[in-house]
Amino acid sequence: MRRMALTLLLVLFCGGVVAENASLSISCGALGVELQLCQQGVDHWSSQTGVEVNIVSTPNSSSERFALYQQILASRSSDIDILQIDVVWPGTLAPHLIDLSAYIDKDLTRQYFKTLITNNTIDDRLVAMPWFTVAGVLYYRSDLLEKYEFNPPETWRQLTSMARHIQNAEREAGSPRMQGFVFQAKGYEGLTCNALEWIDSFGGGTLVNQRGDVTIGNPRAIAALDLAASWIGDIAPQGVLNYDEEQSRGVFQSGNAVFMRNWPYAWALGNAADSPVRGQIGVVALPRGGDQGHHSGVLGGWQLAVSKYSKHPQLAANLVQYLTSYAEQKRRATVGSYNPTIPELYRDPDVLKATPFLGTLYKSFEQAVARPSRITGDQYARVSAEFYYAVHEVLAGKKSAAAALPGLQRKLERLSRGGQW
Amino acid sequence: MNFKKFRRLLGKTAFCLLLLLIVGYTVFPFYWAIVSSLKSGAALFKVEFWLSDPYWENYVAVFREQPFGRNILNSLFVSVSTVVVSLALALAAAYAIGRIQFRGRMLLLFMILGVSMFPQVAVLSGMFELINALGLYNNLLALSLSYMIFTLPFTVWVLTTFMRELPKELEEAAIVDGASPLAIVWHVFMPLMGPALVTTGLLAFIAAWNEFLFALTFTLSSEMRTVPVAIALISGASAYELPWGNIMAASVIVTVPLILLVLVFQRRIVSGLTAGAVKG
Amino acid sequence: MPMLMVLALVAGWPLIKTIAYGFTDASLIDPESANFIGLDNFTYLLQDSYWWSSVWNTVVFAVVSVSLETVLGLIIALTLHAHFPGRGGLRAAILIPWAIPTVVSAQMWNWMYNDVFGVLNHVFLLLGLIDDPVAWTASPDTALLSIIIVDVWKTTPFMALLLLAGLQMLPQECYESARIDGVHPIKVFFRITLPLLKPTLMVAIIFRLLDALRVFDLVYVMSGNNHNTMSMSVYARQQLIDFGGLGFGSAASTLIFLIIALFTIMYLSVARVGRES
Repeated sequence: MRRMALTLLLVLFCGGVVAENASLSISCGALGVELQLCQQGVDHWSSQTGVEVNIVSTPNSSSERFALYQQILASRSSDIDILQIDVVWPGTLAPHLIDLSAYIDKDLTRQYFKTLITNNTIDDRLVAMPWFTVAGVLYYRSDLLEKYEFNPPETWRQLTSMARHIQNAEREAGSPRMQGFVFQAKGYEGLTCNALEWIDSFGGGTLVNQRGDVTIGNPRAIAALDLAASWIGDIAPQGVLNYDEEQSRGVFQSGNAVFMRNWPYAWALGNAADSPVRGQIGVVALPRGGDQGHHSGVLGGWQLAVSKYSKHPQLAANLVQYLTSYAEQKRRATVGSYNPTIPELYRDPDVLKATPFLGTLYKSFEQAVARPSRITGDQYARVSAEFYYAVHEVLAGKKSAAAALPGLQRKLERLSRGGQW
Repeated sequence: MNFKKFRRLLGKTAFCLLLLLIVGYTVFPFYWAIVSSLKSGAALFKVEFWLSDPYWENYVAVFREQPFGRNILNSLFVSVSTVVVSLALALAAAYAIGRIQFRGRMLLLFMILGVSMFPQVAVLSGMFELINALGLYNNLLALSLSYMIFTLPFTVWVLTTFMRELPKELEEAAIVDGASPLAIVWHVFMPLMGPALVTTGLLAFIAAWNEFLFALTFTLSSEMRTVPVAIALISGASAYELPWGNIMAASVIVTVPLILLVLVFQRRIVSGLTAGAVKG
Repeated sequence: MPMLMVLALVAGWPLIKTIAYGFTDASLIDPESANFIGLDNFTYLLQDSYWWSSVWNTVVFAVVSVSLETVLGLIIALTLHAHFPGRGGLRAAILIPWAIPTVVSAQMWNWMYNDVFGVLNHVFLLLGLIDDPVAWTASPDTALLSIIIVDVWKTTPFMALLLLAGLQMLPQECYESARIDGVHPIKVFFRITLPLLKPTLMVAIIFRLLDALRVFDLVYVMSGNNHNTMSMSVYARQQLIDFGGLGFGSAASTLIFLIIALFTIMYLSVARVGRES
């Protein structure tokens, strides 16, 4: 009762920003630093507007979070007003989300990474605001590269020969477990990210193009996958076929791998005080496919969206705008090294001082390639699954890329309903 | 003579070896869990069988970052209520099915079992609707209610099986004395069914204790969450990181009440029969 | 009895809904706009080779792991039934695997299985059982086996405890007369214990079978959506949640129900015939 009176007083004090005694609930992060940062941001907004905000923590695993959101949204419940959604969900969840462009100024949205805003715009509706972003990058052991007098690899072929050379030399020199390259090839969304990076860097497209045509059955994609398949058992352990992010980090961070493909989060952990490879890690953009190929990293990260069933869409949109604003993203970048979604912040001296790492990553984020989740809409999960099934078969040596990809092309074309999706 | 002694010794050694093997298989992973729970960050990726420098911070973090004590209490409440209600219902049902002849009892048994044949995720959306309709969303009672759909089939079936095995003379004497069905169940069967009741209760308790999908979907606020959900919420600085030390610490903590429970009830697991046999 | 009926309704409503959705093209994102499409979901399902491989995986998984659990559980139950010092503690120790949340224990085993930093390869290399580290969960030859090993580890306690309760409830008289007659212990086991224990054994196996045929978290955590190991429930979940196909996923769930029911009826009738003869 006292709390309610206090809120009421605050509302009156703030001069009627809010007409009624509203409260919002937001789902952001699970626990730990992520939740703490969100709580601080939300508290700040709360104290300015006098609106009470509850934070709902949701599971760490994104597949469980997705299932929970689907359930809550399908029942049209107003229990969660603001949802933190993955970069590949807007296409699927769009029918349940409000159009934020009605509340957030166009000039403002122009400041964000264009790829992200495009990714979050479904049928001309801006359904989510980019909050923080990640992209796939290549980690390497700077000490080992120096020892064998190599520069960080420019192309995948260079990576392959460097990894083989260092791995074999190190194994003979008394570290029998040394591996050349670890990445994520378990049958899950992570494999889609890895494989898209290989294929896109060879100029083999991103599975489905902007117009909705399936493009996977092309010679460059086949060349990319053939190269990747040759790694297994040569420079990559066979176990990589069941590795996710943490298993590959485990191998790399225990000093047992020369190269690793992972997300930016592994940087801080690899350089933690108790890490055996502390200070011996370098990070660069993922290699190009060949001389005519380009660097490519798959886009990841999280967005904030407002549920259509929210009782206070205006307030919720307001909070979203605040949390994704320049000032708030700057705070999150300096305190928790969450990668901002506003390019300007990568030139901000305070941010660069706190996390110098961000400057190196800027190019990777700017050029990051989105998975085809926008164009394929609610079919994306199926498209991605068919893709990683096929890639997994090629990597496991059950089929050649030349045999697997045309079949995948036909399967996806059937799903695409002539590019309409 | 010597030969016989030798064979006895051999048998004993074999028995002990078997025990050791079984204990190793069951306990080693748990030992490994405890070791992992006392490791920090990068040490998790090293194989070390003994810890020179245990890292207790993981245990502290579990309680600092969320109301974990409250979550344990929630789990206790849900599991205990589920078990008590399903045991009571199952005992009545088992008496009816196992002891009284009526038409369609096999059908009834099968229908009860039928519920256990659907994948849990398929029942989820219908259950969610039902919970919302009953106004039980974000309420622990929603969990107690929904857990019964898997504890009841189990308790009913097991108790019915045990009930059938008991000699008929027992209750006939009671019926002659003019006891009501409830009195028969309470005074005649309860003492005899000791081990069965405790065991099924324990197994149902653990099933309810570990349930995740319903617990996640039917509760929203952190004060209402149960232990498995609380563990799934544990995360590091990024969604990709799995803070393994904290997760293992939380998992070790939640097995403690269960072990205590077994130790408290284990006299009951063995003593039921001897008490009953005297009466019979 | 009326209470039971209410509960039957509570449980029945979601089931009936699931079965009904199986005949529609409903999507999870918008369940209301569903059209009746008859048996289309089922005919499509029966042509899907992924579905059949998941059925096969599940059946292999269930049969192998339940048999192993039964044998191991019986051994443990008999051991714990004997009198020896410290069996109380042992009884509690045995139960631990069953008490750790599945998601956590699956993840833990996954790390123990790792081919570079996993403890199992380390131990086996030390013992000289293998020459090179094995990628237990990645290689198609050992992937299903490694999942079965975890399941056996996890659920043997369930079996053991239930069988122990059954053993405790056996009448002592038969044993005493057997002992007086000087019958060999192994003979006692097969002639007296096993037949008397049969009802308990049956009910324990049924419930383990039901659970094993619906196995989900273990497989999902340990190898994701991999067709070498995918189980029926993982398939249904992928269709229902990830792909949002409420209709199709429900149809798959209904088919799972039918397959499991068939198994149960088969098992019960075989067991009954055995009992009468």
